[in-house]
Amino acid sequence: MGTIMGEPGTKEPLSLEELHAATNMRTGRKHVLSILVENKSGVLTRIAGLFARRGFNISTLTVGPTDDVQISRVTLTVDGALHPIDQVTKQLHKLVNVLKIRDLEPADTVARELALFKVTADGVQRGELLQIAEIFRGKVVDVTKRAIIIEVTGTTEKIEAFETMVRPFGLIEMMRTGEIAISRGRTET
Amino acid sequence: MRAVDALMECLKAEGVDVVFGLPGGANLPTYDAFVNGGIRHILVRHEAGGGHAAEGYAKATGKVGVAFATSGPGATNLITPMCDAMMDSVPVVFITGQVRTDLLGTDGFQEADTIGITMPVVKHSFMIQHPQELPRAIHEAFHIARTGRPGPVLIDIPQDLSRAEIDYEPVSDVRLPGYQPKIEGNQKQIRQAAKALAAAQRPVIYAGGGVVNANASAELTEFATCDRFPVTCTLMGLGAFPARVDGTAHPQWLGMLGMHGTRTANYAMDEADLICAVGARFDDRITGKLSEFAPRAKFIHIDVDPAEISKNVPAHIPIVGDARNVLAKLAIEYRAIGADPGRLGAWWSRIEGWRAKHPLGFEDSTDSEIKPQYMIQALHEATGGEAIVTSDVGQHQMWAAQYYDFPAPRRWINSGGLGTMGFGLPAAMGAAVGCPDRVVCCIAGDGSVQMNAQELATCAQNEIPIKVFIMNNGYLGMVRQWQELFWDGKYSHVDMGEFPDFVKLAEAYGVTGMRFTDKSTLVDDMKRAIATKGPVLVDVRVTREENTYPMIPAGQAAREMVG
Repeated sequence: MGTIMGEPGTKEPLSLEELHAATNMRTGRKHVLSILVENKSGVLTRIAGLFARRGFNISTLTVGPTDDVQISRVTLTVDGALHPIDQVTKQLHKLVNVLKIRDLEPADTVARELALFKVTADGVQRGELLQIAEIFRGKVVDVTKRAIIIEVTGTTEKIEAFETMVRPFGLIEMMRTGEIAISRGRTET
Repeated sequence: MRAVDALMECLKAEGVDVVFGLPGGANLPTYDAFVNGGIRHILVRHEAGGGHAAEGYAKATGKVGVAFATSGPGATNLITPMCDAMMDSVPVVFITGQVRTDLLGTDGFQEADTIGITMPVVKHSFMIQHPQELPRAIHEAFHIARTGRPGPVLIDIPQDLSRAEIDYEPVSDVRLPGYQPKIEGNQKQIRQAAKALAAAQRPVIYAGGGVVNANASAELTEFATCDRFPVTCTLMGLGAFPARVDGTAHPQWLGMLGMHGTRTANYAMDEADLICAVGARFDDRITGKLSEFAPRAKFIHIDVDPAEISKNVPAHIPIVGDARNVLAKLAIEYRAIGADPGRLGAWWSRIEGWRAKHPLGFEDSTDSEIKPQYMIQALHEATGGEAIVTSDVGQHQMWAAQYYDFPAPRRWINSGGLGTMGFGLPAAMGAAVGCPDRVVCCIAGDGSVQMNAQELATCAQNEIPIKVFIMNNGYLGMVRQWQELFWDGKYSHVDMGEFPDFVKLAEAYGVTGMRFTDKSTLVDDMKRAIATKGPVLVDVRVTREENTYPMIPAGQAAREMVG
């Protein structure tokens, strides 16, 4: 579920040490920000532009519709080792088209990404490759004489592990969507 | 009615009484609507002049300024004023024409991606995609511009949509679910702040432009004087606390702080145990070397923009809210505590010591030469300290800030954050249009004034009676000073010579031109210029190589002040 970040004026006064930590809150971990935005032209440019001009680096970014046609969801991941997340979310809150931001707690979140791997698969290798795909619950979505395309869904770590496994076979191409994430339990993300 | 006629109705509903602008192809329909629109329009000579005039109007009146331009180059010429308004939180609505929708994206004549180019320098922007959207967009733009932390908002209207027929119905609400500025201030936090202030031994109130924007000057003064809190203001905050009362210096006023602030103000910040920042953003021109800024202090930070809090300096007691609301509540909470004012005695004797040892001053000339600092003092005398003063950017700006002693807010109008040369003259024009009963003077640099001197024609044509005093030292003075102090005195491209002849320039524009060179008659000469009807441009010859002191060299601490 995570805390709603950048909510102003509600914190108790903190000690100096806590404040220094908070200001430059380099948490050292990946943060998944789930952002609800008004579905208006240029919103993505505003978000991307904000990141660029404040010197924040987006690791991954996905955009998609929600159950409300007027609202879209942007899921982006930021490296908390490089950026003060508090400042990132406060700046995002200033964008008029941004409705809500959640910094998802890893423990309370289900995150998934989808990847497609095109791997060389000549004769003998094919069997072994299919075995690995099965272990990762990958799905073969296309086969030609010399190559095979495997679809894998899972956490970033799983996809990276799969990549390590299939690379020696001759990885021709790989495509990844970037993460989407949803909070556990009944509350809305 | 046409969308543009609805635009006029919306502007009137927003209380707009004047627009600064320049027509072109893409906003021809808009200008057709001006013919019977019932709104005063002032034709500027360059869109940047119009944009800065709208800023000057907004800063002087507290209302939203409005500037119009056509597509392409008209819009790109507005980018400097937009960025300036963004940096200094000035409420301005910019309305630009755009090429017809069928030409969008085809590199059509005078097409520019105005929304894309301006995105980093506006608070928000609207690209009109259907003519029916226009009225709501106008009202939402004004709402966003004036509320929360004020700022520039752009509306880009394609030419064909602007002349389309719409069913106009007045809009009485705004629908901005993602925009809800917090203005009240958390009561618990305010109580914490009052307690911290009551316990502080060496407090300082550090007030910025946010106090002016929030019209919180009276509340600031009220709060500061409910005890003997020392007060300093940023460049943008000058006038928020009166520098003088009844002709003498306010006893709680430390002067401006920062790079060219007083030693008293900077030393007080350095030794303070509690700093109460109100509507100020800990800019690098204030803090100097961040790691050595106010090393003994804890911070209360009051700001309407939550992103400013703990951006540069961590706040121990953050309060998000409108300065006026928060200061009023803070004064009540503070009074309820009944703190002992006697505890500040030692702190005041320390401050008085600095005041006595390091008063703001300069070595005056012994002949008729006009020292630039004296020029500001003379203007103060000639205007009784009651003028609205605008400035450009550079040495003259700092001297005006140091020596004019602003008694009230919205009297000092300058470009602080962006540092825009050429701001002063058009800003004075806007201020004079907004405040026709006040004397409006511009302290200009001989370098800066040339960047928007074309607006003299606008002033002459519209009889806008600004008095422009050029502090003429024939140099890009501040750059020269830095080259002298930090680049081994090697002057590189700072000598402007005696060009142009400003008196002749004034006359060519149909403006009264004067030249003052004698200190002994300067006050009377200035009075004469101010009494002259219509716009006046005065070339005041000052000492060529005078430095602006005192000064914290860039990136150093307050303790390292020189001069």
